[in-house]
Amino acid sequence: MPLFFLKKLLWAIATLIFASVLVFLALEIVPGDPAQVMLGINATDEAVAALRESLGLNKPPIERYFSWVSGMVVGDFGRSYTYSVDVRELVADRITISLPLALIALVLSTIIALPVGIYAASRRGKLADTVVMALSQFGIAIPNFWFALLMVYVLAIWLQLVPAGGFPGWNEGFWTALKSLLLPAIALALPQAAILSRVTRSALLETMGEDYIRTARAKGLSKRATLWNHALRNAMIPVLTILGLQFAYLLAGTIIIENVFYLPGLGRLVFQAINLRDLIVVESVVMMLVATIIVINFLVDLAYVWVDPRLRLRTS
Amino acid sequence: MLDIKNLNLSISGTPILRDVNLSVGAGKILGIVGESGSGKSLTALSTMQLLPDGSSVDGEIVLKGQNILQASEEEMQRVRGQEISMIFQEPMTALNPVHTIGAQICEAIRNSTDLSKSELETRAIEMLEKVGLPVSRFPFSRYPHELSGGQRQRVMIAMACAQQPSLMIADEPTTALDVTLQAQILNLLRSIVDETGMSLILISHDLAVVAEVTDDIVVMRNGEVLDAGPTGDVLRKLSHPYTAQLAKASTHVPQRISAPVLSEEQAAKGTKPILQVQNIVRDYPTARKSLFQKGTPFRAVKSVSFDLFKGQSMGLVGESGCGKSTLARIVLGLDKATSGIVDFLGTNLATIEGEEMRKARRNLQVVFQDPFASFNPRHRVERLVSEPLYLEPQLTKSQRRDRVRAALSEVGINDSALDKYPHEFSGGQRQRLAIARALITRPALIVADEPVSALDVSIRAQVLDLLADLRERLDLTYLFISHDLGVVRAICDEVMVMDAGQIVEHGPVGDVFTSPKSQAAKELVDATPNLERALANRVD
Repeated sequence: MPLFFLKKLLWAIATLIFASVLVFLALEIVPGDPAQVMLGINATDEAVAALRESLGLNKPPIERYFSWVSGMVVGDFGRSYTYSVDVRELVADRITISLPLALIALVLSTIIALPVGIYAASRRGKLADTVVMALSQFGIAIPNFWFALLMVYVLAIWLQLVPAGGFPGWNEGFWTALKSLLLPAIALALPQAAILSRVTRSALLETMGEDYIRTARAKGLSKRATLWNHALRNAMIPVLTILGLQFAYLLAGTIIIENVFYLPGLGRLVFQAINLRDLIVVESVVMMLVATIIVINFLVDLAYVWVDPRLRLRTS
Repeated sequence: MLDIKNLNLSISGTPILRDVNLSVGAGKILGIVGESGSGKSLTALSTMQLLPDGSSVDGEIVLKGQNILQASEEEMQRVRGQEISMIFQEPMTALNPVHTIGAQICEAIRNSTDLSKSELETRAIEMLEKVGLPVSRFPFSRYPHELSGGQRQRVMIAMACAQQPSLMIADEPTTALDVTLQAQILNLLRSIVDETGMSLILISHDLAVVAEVTDDIVVMRNGEVLDAGPTGDVLRKLSHPYTAQLAKASTHVPQRISAPVLSEEQAAKGTKPILQVQNIVRDYPTARKSLFQKGTPFRAVKSVSFDLFKGQSMGLVGESGCGKSTLARIVLGLDKATSGIVDFLGTNLATIEGEEMRKARRNLQVVFQDPFASFNPRHRVERLVSEPLYLEPQLTKSQRRDRVRAALSEVGINDSALDKYPHEFSGGQRQRLAIARALITRPALIVADEPVSALDVSIRAQVLDLLADLRERLDLTYLFISHDLGVVRAICDEVMVMDAGQIVEHGPVGDVFTSPKSQAAKELVDATPNLERALANRVD
């Protein structure tokens, strides 16, 4: 077991290093000189050159890569070109919005999808199943930003239950802040819930056809008991895989949703930073997202082992 | 105990069972015999009322005076929990992989009684001891994947017995197991019946198994009961033509026209063998003990040597895990030996690669066990059968087609099959296609890995005839791997018995099977069900 952890950890670190190289290279290739963008089109060549010098852009790429990476290791993400503040502060500020948003969306999508999927599977072929599956098809097809706009119209403008956008900050009180995250979280969660419920349903139906389900039924267990005690845990394996993938998708999805709802989160920060060629911010935020996703995948791997004892043997 | 009267079953409108009548007395063992599609398993599932969706049943299934076909689902759950238990064919998949064996057995007991937790565990422990899995070595916390197939089937039996049923239905409980394990499991079932007085329905395709264990027999075909009566009577008299046909097919021996090719004679004559295997060793790496320490390698094959002469049929038998499949893979060049020489027609398969290997492969083909899994379902027969011809790239398209036609006609399959898909053929036909695929490069040696184990007895007899006939006509040499001694005896000249990675006995089939010398060979021969012997040993 410890060997398994160690192996996974080494892989995670290797992935991080590889990702950092990719991120750095990608932004090296992207056209647009940060100094030029900051000073505007009318700036003189000398001014641009001086700014490049002071930002350290004239150093060779290898050197810049290493100073960037070594900085990140000790928690120094560098200074934003445009805002002239530490990227760390900038990110710390924004992450208190984006991370809760993604997490709420993940929890929401899970607590919607699992019961719905289980219900549909238990009513296979009946009207309820058909209706649920049709709705989920709908949920997958609708783009989340469009759905967000629809919800803003109904819930915020019509019924005035939640604010239509913006974020008051966490010091305005937990509930007030949470309320303004609710709508975007639902918008993010629904399409994911639709996918997840279909995966849950089909995984469950597949397990319900296994030999050990027949064994359980032959023992005298009811259909219901068989589903809960024998099928569900086996069906969780594909569901976990999708859940892990979805978290990455949710984090990325915040970029659009934060723009729709005027939330000052990481997504908006990245979006603005790309426009302003604030490379150091883009690099740092992207690396943080990568790290988060690697951590989530690590947790999913652990969850597999918890669900499926067969993996314990193979990994120990 | 159980009376099935005029049972009819149809699934989605297709009639499956027609007018099935059978009964089992208290403490008796009833065997249901039949080939695939005979309806024997569905008769059992009808009794349990665990039929697939879209099934409709009529007739009567009377258990202890109550017609359980009329029972509600709740009532049936009680019946399944307390009156009838069932064990299935595939022990590898019949247990839930994510629950411990203890939990699964306790669940079965909890479902049939209202014992306290500690009483429940005591009974589960008793049951595990009874089936030969003492708790000291097989604690409750074991998961199914930590047990072998035979051990899992024991857990299934423990689980079924723990409910103290009045009737147990065992659907091909030993078909997936080795003969030695089969003998153990059958003995176990027999002793449980004697001890507890429950009734047992044993479903099997193997007449010898049924002859060994059961009191009464029912022979089914196409959903109908054809023959029934006391086992000894039915199988000795063979008054029903179908029963007689089954008995004949299961002991069928194809005719050997030319004289058997025996290694000793050949060696004395100085004939050069076409395959010479010398001191083959195969080690598999095992899991690391720690980050800095490699595991001790597992030696699957320990210094094996043998010769194969042209036209010879060599059997290779042994329990699963004895290394026979590894050896076969090495002979086929699909796996490399750790050390040793595989000299095939003058080239050492253990060292060559690439182009040389492709050349050697033309003379070396294989037929696998499962005629369902060994074909890509999305390719047509022409493509499937012609696949090995990539070894002969100089052929034109029409030459390839001619070769496919020729190979198909060798195995008795019509040209019209060329554009069909594998699912359009029966199991026996598919195995013919597999043989055609092996023949198409006109090989000198065919390695057949359990080529008839997945087939019904009458089809098995036909395929064995085909293999024997091809051997004569095309002067083929066979390396025939099987766990079924009957099949090896029927078709092979000589047999090698493998045990724990070594060949422990090697000789003409007649000698090895009538007077085995090694312990492993003796055990195999004794455990192999044999219809004549079983009938001779019966007291009735």
